[in-house]
Parts: sequence; C-alpha cells; structure tokens
Amino acid sequence: MLHIYCPHCCEYREEEEFHCKGQAHIARPLDPDNCSEQEWANFIFFRKNTKGQHQELWHHSAGCGKFFNVSRNTITYKIEQSYLLGTAPQPVLDVNKEGKA
Amino acid sequence: MSDITPVIVMNDCAVMNQFASDNSKAESPMVNVKWANSSNATVFAKELAFSGHIVLRGKPTDDAFMAGAAKVLGTELPGKLSSVESGEYVVRWLSPDTWLITMPGAAAYALETRLRETLTGHYQVVNESGGQTLLVLSGENAENVLHKSVHYDIHISNFPVGKVVNTNFAKTGCTLRRLGEQEFELVVRRSFSDYVAAWIQDAAAEYGFAWQG
Repeated sequence: MLHIYCPHCCEYREEEEFHCKGQAHIARPLDPDNCSEQEWANFIFFRKNTKGQHQELWHHSAGCGKFFNVSRNTITYKIEQSYLLGTAPQPVLDVNKEGKA
Repeated sequence: MSDITPVIVMNDCAVMNQFASDNSKAESPMVNVKWANSSNATVFAKELAFSGHIVLRGKPTDDAFMAGAAKVLGTELPGKLSSVESGEYVVRWLSPDTWLITMPGAAAYALETRLRETLTGHYQVVNESGGQTLLVLSGENAENVLHKSVHYDIHISNFPVGKVVNTNFAKTGCTLRRLGEQEFELVVRRSFSDYVAAWIQDAAAEYGFAWQG
C-alpha cells in the first residue's frame, strides 16, 4: 500500500483514495489541425515504459477530486515527491553520482 | 480554431425549490432500512433527513467570490480540511475550490437564490439535497466503528473536532467530520445509504447498536 502526499489536501493518504492516470507531462500538439499523424499518434498512444524514476499523473478520486503529479521509482515504488500540475519536479540529488545527499 | 467567444452568464438558469412542502410525500433514502435496537447500546446513529445540501464552487483566489460567499453565509469560507458553522449553515471544505453547505431543507432554496443574486463572475451553485444524506454516529464506541470502516487516521490528534475529510468508507465514499470526541457526521450518497446503514449495523453489533431515528 502506497502512502501518497496530496499537494491539494497537504496530507498523506492511503493509495486506495487515488487513481493513477498514467504518464505525466504529455504535451498536446499546439496546432492539432496541422500536426502530422505521427505527432498526433505520439500524443494519443505512445508512452514511455521507464525503469526507474517516472513522472505520473494521479487523481485524488475519493478525496478532493483534484489531479497532481507524482515522481515515482518504478523499481522500488518509492514516491520521491508529489507536485502540482503546471510545475516541474524538484531536482533530486543522486547520491551515487554526487556523493552524500 | 474557433472564433466563438464564450459568454458566461452564471445567473441565467432555472432555480427550483426542491424541498417538498408539508403536505407532499417525502421519503428518506434510508426509509427501507431495518434497524436493530440493542437495549445496552454503546453506538448510536441518526439520520438528519431532508437536509439541504448546496455545493458551491469558485476560485479561492477570486476576492469578489470569496467576499460574496462570506456575505451570504455570514462567515468566511473555511480553508483546507476544515468546517465552520454559521447560524443554520454548516460549511465544509471539500477541495481547494469546492465547499459543501448543509442546512435544514427548507432553507436551501433561499440560500441558493441569495448566492445567485450576490455572486458574480465565474462560480457554480448546485443543489444536491436529493443526492446525499447526513448521518450522525455517536456513543462511546463510535470511533471503534469508524476504525473498521475508514482507513483514515481518526485519532483526535490527527482528526480534531471540526476537521473534514473526504475518504473511503467501506466500499463507498463519505465526507467525514468530527463533531465531538465520540461524535462523527457522515455525508453519504443516497444510493449507497442503505449499504452504509447495513455496514454500520454490522460493525457496531459487537458494541450494541441503537437507532435514534
């Protein structure tokens, strides 16, 4: 069971209250009428299958009903941070590369 | 892309008095529940049937909206996970831009009308009175019944009097608010209310349960 921080409620809640809505930060083509089929297909269908740190969209469906982003490690399931839509995740210091955090 | 400019006229909509008058038949959603009454009960439940439920939405950053709502309700809209009582109104925070106001059913129409008269700009008022109902759970083992029903930490240090959380209740959802050390109020969907009633009776059976009507 994951313990997820909702940045709208500002509290940790049980995973049962949330739904994962897949990969985050998928940019819609700015001019959909004139984009190529490949660009549109990339927007609609194609997703990363990341091993490691992954940004996801989550929905606090049983709570406040708001969406937010989560940075989660797909190997360990550890959630590094939750952050609001329209913001970028805080850079996380990589202990292995940069010495002690 | 389209050149249509949306015109938002929030006040231009049909508003009806949904409260049944004294001589028309109205039934609580729990009308068919068979309540067991223990003689040595330590958990009590009652339904505040036919309450008025109004959901108000607007941006907390919109000063005119916040001031207008405060003027109508006689209190500032509450912040995160909290509630305020003002006269016959109970205002609960549901999300950063959503509040639930409950009151005696007969007062809902007047409140809805006054909100629409006072508020301007981008906002939403919905009368959900028929869609949900209010339950009050009390007694010395009320907290123990909730321990079996919600996974939220309801210890008084984490969930003090007046705090409001939306969370799962058994297999459905509820808006839970603490009224006292052993007194809780649940807002549940009307279509799930018989399920909630059955769940509460089952969970409270070992402590002794009585329905207070």
